[in-house]
Amino acid sequence: MSDLETFRRETRAWLEANCPPEMRRPMTSESDTYWGGRNAKFSSEPQRVWFERMRDRGWTVPDWPKEYGGGGLEPAEHKVLREEMAAMGARSPLSSFGIWMLGPALLKYGTEAQKKEHLPKIAAGLIRWCQGYSEPNAGSDLASLQTRAESDGDDYIINGQKIWTSYANYADWIFCLVRTDPTAKKHDGISFILFDMASKGVSTKPILLISGYSPFCETFFDNVRVPKSHVVGQVNRGWDVAKYLLQHERAMISGTGERGIGRPLGQVAADSVGSDDFGRLDDAILRGQIAAFDIDEAAFAAVAERAVDLAKAGQSHPAFSSAMKYYGTELNKRRHEILMSAGGIDALEWESERSRGGARPRAWLRTKANSIEGGTSEVMLGIVAKRILDLPGA
Amino acid sequence: MPLVLTEEQSMLRDSARGLISDKAPVSHLRHLRDSKDETGFSRDLWKAFAEMGFSGLLVPENFGGSGLGCVEAGVVMEEIGRTLMPSPFLSTAVLAASALSRGGSDAQKSAHLPKIADGSLLAALAIDEGAKHRPLQINLQAVRSGNGFKLNGAKSLVVDGHTADLLIVAARTGGAAGERDGLTLFLVDPKAKGIAIERTVMVDAHNAARIEFSNVEVNADQVLGEVDQGGALLEGVLNIGRGAVASEMVGLSEEVFGRTVTYLKERKQFGKLIGEFQALQHRASQLYIDIEITRAAVLKALQALDGDFEHAGAAVAVAKARAGTTATLAVQEGVQMHGGMGMTDQFDIGFFMKRARVCQELFGDSNHHADQLARMKGY
Repeated sequence: MSDLETFRRETRAWLEANCPPEMRRPMTSESDTYWGGRNAKFSSEPQRVWFERMRDRGWTVPDWPKEYGGGGLEPAEHKVLREEMAAMGARSPLSSFGIWMLGPALLKYGTEAQKKEHLPKIAAGLIRWCQGYSEPNAGSDLASLQTRAESDGDDYIINGQKIWTSYANYADWIFCLVRTDPTAKKHDGISFILFDMASKGVSTKPILLISGYSPFCETFFDNVRVPKSHVVGQVNRGWDVAKYLLQHERAMISGTGERGIGRPLGQVAADSVGSDDFGRLDDAILRGQIAAFDIDEAAFAAVAERAVDLAKAGQSHPAFSSAMKYYGTELNKRRHEILMSAGGIDALEWESERSRGGARPRAWLRTKANSIEGGTSEVMLGIVAKRILDLPGA
Repeated sequence: MPLVLTEEQSMLRDSARGLISDKAPVSHLRHLRDSKDETGFSRDLWKAFAEMGFSGLLVPENFGGSGLGCVEAGVVMEEIGRTLMPSPFLSTAVLAASALSRGGSDAQKSAHLPKIADGSLLAALAIDEGAKHRPLQINLQAVRSGNGFKLNGAKSLVVDGHTADLLIVAARTGGAAGERDGLTLFLVDPKAKGIAIERTVMVDAHNAARIEFSNVEVNADQVLGEVDQGGALLEGVLNIGRGAVASEMVGLSEEVFGRTVTYLKERKQFGKLIGEFQALQHRASQLYIDIEITRAAVLKALQALDGDFEHAGAAVAVAKARAGTTATLAVQEGVQMHGGMGMTDQFDIGFFMKRARVCQELFGDSNHHADQLARMKGY
């Protein structure tokens, strides 16, 4: 038996023994996600148990080095762990922008002191991070951002405004893009800096969205004092860090959705639409749409798997995450359009007991942001045209 | 298993590409078409294919082949798709070799497989009867008669049917149209009495034939597999064929796309390269993404066929359906972005459009496989 097969066997046995049954069911509400942080509360005892057991193994961040609180797994082992967790429907024990976005950027660009300071706290779910990227006048054209950081001895004084800051009102720290050289060309005067959201001069204001939820905030900085040692990478070279991090963000968003988990979409649709005498969905056009969706979803799962394998083989294109982001988010929007169509009148209930407070239409509306956040679909297609296809003037 | 080619598979790709791009660029197909070649492919090239070991790729080693798998067959099909090389590879080396090695008796294997491997035997699979691929609707009758059967009925879209030395015919020995039970495969000599073969050159200038069977007598030892139980064998062979044609469509799509992107970087209008226009850039990017996703889905299906054959059906349906829609989009965008040039026969891009249309129909189009997937998933 190869080492990997042994690892798979042991991993499966450990997961079987340690993942509570409640943590193997599909998530049905926002409180099923554990985000960690200073003010974190577990929504259930099984959620706490599952998080702590995984944390103690370093498996909140299985592929990070052990010295930073990770599991130290090789890519092949990490893949096995993901496969085994998916096979039993195990939930992620900890969701975190620190894990998905900041961590990879710190591992690549951070100083040893920065890594030691921040990574273990991310791994242990002690600090919850938010991302300060977009501004009111810097959306798709992110590099035109205006939040400024002015030098004052060993510190920067930060002034400006961010927008669409996910969960800024719950976050403990922020990783933020600021302009440190207003005279340089727009990509060249930006720095990537970390600071505590409890700092004097930071305030947040949630934005009510069409879903009725407020996952995003406006975030204001009024003379916020931040030590210069908190800059990640070189001063004025923050765009490199930002782009690297965006690749991870795009890879994360492309995975949005509940692929391959639970009952097939067509059967879910049949619950409300009904079936004909041959057991086929009683709406031939919708059945065709779902089948076309299932084909594209299965194909997308294959390309996601292949992207990891290509990266391992050193054959991946760095801009391919933009391709994945484009397709994955469009796919997730399609899924929710189908769910709304299948749900019919029932899916229109916004405030009622049986609709769990309008869970389905709210989720449908939420997905509309998928192809905007982290770079719009149009920006992704532009990146593919320029960086992969090398088209002129792109 | 990683979803990338192994080193050996990459080497196979390189050697197939070398031979095919050198000896059979698109101009090869054009020449065969324009000269109304009676064979429809080059026998010399098929000999070269055999010498390279490609004709025996799927033939087990103890019958003179190299005993490789569907991923390797797909690698060769993809290269065929890049230049649209007409060859008996699909009909003989993929379909017939699979049918014989999966369903044949020792005597049948010994009689035919070594000849497939050395390139001396050409074979064709006769399945379709109606306008659309509906294998369960097979209605060509095989009625018991003496020590064997009598075949009556007709087949269409028999790929390479007019050059075949051996026909593998799917017939109904029992049950009714629409049922899986009652299907039987027969090995039939195309020169047998009562067989009429009409070559039907198709829109893509590739070979096919209509074959009529009128009281054709076959012996019991010409049954491939078991009487009435051929449905599973047939489905398995068709799945291998679907994976192979999906691979051909990946190669075809990528070639058309490459030629189109090159054109976008050369053609000027309004004082600009047309590739500078965002309307075309975004469509090119979407097509690129579609092709990459389809490539992954096809490789996944081929690996499933080599790994867990009995459960590969869903992955194959996904691959064939995706490859069909991707290739259709690729050739449509290819012609459109080439503008008037794309409409001329002198330009190669039309050849790809025609071949893509045939590949869509072969062994079930995208709609067929979407329907199949929906059935498998219970809706």
